[in-house]
Amino acid sequence: MQVNKTYVPPGQPGSIVELKKRYGNYIGGKFIPPVKGQYMEDISPTTGKPFTEVAKSTPEDVELALDAAHAAKEKWGEILPLSERAKVLNKIADAIEANEEMLSVAESWENGKPVRETLNVDIPMAVDHFRYFAGAARMLEGTITEVDKDTLAYNIHEPLGVVGQIVPFNFPLMLASWKIAPALAAGNCTVVKPASPTPWSLLKMMEVINDVVPPGVINVVTGPGAEIGKALATSPRIAKIAFTGETVTGRLIMQYAAQNIIPATLELGGKSPNIFFEDVLDKDDDFMRKAVEGFVLYSFNKGEVCTCPSRALIQKSIYDKFMAKALDSIKKIKQGNPLDTNTMIGPQVSAQQIQKISSYVEIGKQEGAQLLAGGERAKMGGELEGGYFFQPTVFKGENNMRIFQEEIFGPVIAVTTFEDEQDAIRIANDTLYGLGAGVWTRDGTRAYRIGRAIKAGRVWINCYHSYPAGAVFGGYKISGVGRETHRMALEHYTQVKSMLVSYSEKPMGFF
Amino acid sequence: MKDVEMAAADNSEQVPSVVATPAALDAIGQLLKSHRKGVVFFQSGGCCDNSAPMCFEEGEMIIGQVDRLIGNVGGCPYYIDFRQYETYRASEIILDVEDGEADGFSLPAGREGKHFITRTKICATNASCNV
Repeated sequence: MQVNKTYVPPGQPGSIVELKKRYGNYIGGKFIPPVKGQYMEDISPTTGKPFTEVAKSTPEDVELALDAAHAAKEKWGEILPLSERAKVLNKIADAIEANEEMLSVAESWENGKPVRETLNVDIPMAVDHFRYFAGAARMLEGTITEVDKDTLAYNIHEPLGVVGQIVPFNFPLMLASWKIAPALAAGNCTVVKPASPTPWSLLKMMEVINDVVPPGVINVVTGPGAEIGKALATSPRIAKIAFTGETVTGRLIMQYAAQNIIPATLELGGKSPNIFFEDVLDKDDDFMRKAVEGFVLYSFNKGEVCTCPSRALIQKSIYDKFMAKALDSIKKIKQGNPLDTNTMIGPQVSAQQIQKISSYVEIGKQEGAQLLAGGERAKMGGELEGGYFFQPTVFKGENNMRIFQEEIFGPVIAVTTFEDEQDAIRIANDTLYGLGAGVWTRDGTRAYRIGRAIKAGRVWINCYHSYPAGAVFGGYKISGVGRETHRMALEHYTQVKSMLVSYSEKPMGFF
Repeated sequence: MKDVEMAAADNSEQVPSVVATPAALDAIGQLLKSHRKGVVFFQSGGCCDNSAPMCFEEGEMIIGQVDRLIGNVGGCPYYIDFRQYETYRASEIILDVEDGEADGFSLPAGREGKHFITRTKICATNASCNV
């Protein structure tokens, strides 16, 4: 990890990130201006000021991107040997890796996430996902069913063709990679729509990988969700839609997919419980400190994570002692310029987000929850005066309160206590969502029992916020449909042809 | 704030309600000029857009049998997911307008660069809100 360094913002003298005044869409291997010539400002959440412009596209631009993808799909998915396809994915990984520092700074400046996170998590994970799927593509095997001695069914995975992928603002490059890598590995071409607050870093990534990706295989169109996201998701020219984001939008995506009879995979919200059993405090050791850190991880990426451990369940017998340690650790969180490698929490992604977080803090207070830390916008002063900073916030309350039931998507944790295992499971599962959960205990059999009892797609035992390729990620309940970060994602990007072959020369005898 | 029509009159327990500020009513009026079919609101359900009031042209989103109508604002229905309905029982949603682009696939609040937001009043009883 780099220490004691503050990067120069993109485009300013001495910055490692080159910045243009405006960016077009990335279509067919080129940056091209939007058809109607409209652009929108891209605002840095650190200053609250615009730093560049991106295309404010219209449905015509989506059509151009689909044209390019369809023109590329046959060669990419059917002619190119699998080894060549895998080579491209590896080259993408290499190109991103060679520009890891530059992309980390770009991502940090546009999103507000601390550069120590982009340097150590977002960008390395993006690289690793392309490598993982380069390998996974070559492991994708069909099956053969021997119907009888002379009749074989060859079950073959074939690409879908052209897919649409909509990426959220919280991990713009990492989640784009989670989506693009399996789509390409399975032989598809894609049209990607980045989130409205964070369209630019993906365009920087396209600059970096432009030389190694065949034109039309990846296309990026920026613009408002209501227009561009909808135009992409409703298009009869896509064979599948993948979406990460908000639940109501997820419903709309499924509805659009239904109209075209295509599959949709969705990764939606969460209100993940993080459960701390009394034995975590049995010793004053590394494990205890790891557990306390596990609590404070609600502030990772300023809480803008679908799996944010935003509900902490602490066993009543250790509540006071554990919370004293946790609150002490929260006090030491360094908030500030995300480009400073010492910064632990940066600004929220947008003014809209700050408004919503503030609104939830008000709801918490009105509901009678006890405010133990934070609760207000953080006043930073200087160049950061206009930035969207919010103090790391802790509430104590009851699980039926709205701040325990709704996703705040900010650095706000809602804490409650439980008596025993049954109580912990009851509270943990009393939620609409089922994306993530954490269990902290020194007792392995208990960890297993609780882990199996929680209705969530990802249960972290004695760890949290780790998303390695190879570990399946996806939601239970209303948290989504489909799985990512594992080779099983290739199944979402392929269709299976069963070629039923008779090697017998005898007629059936019916006619 | 008189533009409130309670969806379900149930005196035995509290029900969520919604009111609109003059700015929100004005924005709805503007939207209705360009969206002749009418518009509907749907309370967002988490992830990146959390408490956002999603606004769609009538017919854009299929309202399911289990979705709950919690009121009308400016003549437009306001719905919520039946699961969320339970946690919103003591909530009065105040629909308002702020600067900034709309979330997700939501329409802007009347004109571009404005979006709908919700503020919330938690009510001890329904009678204590809805004034």
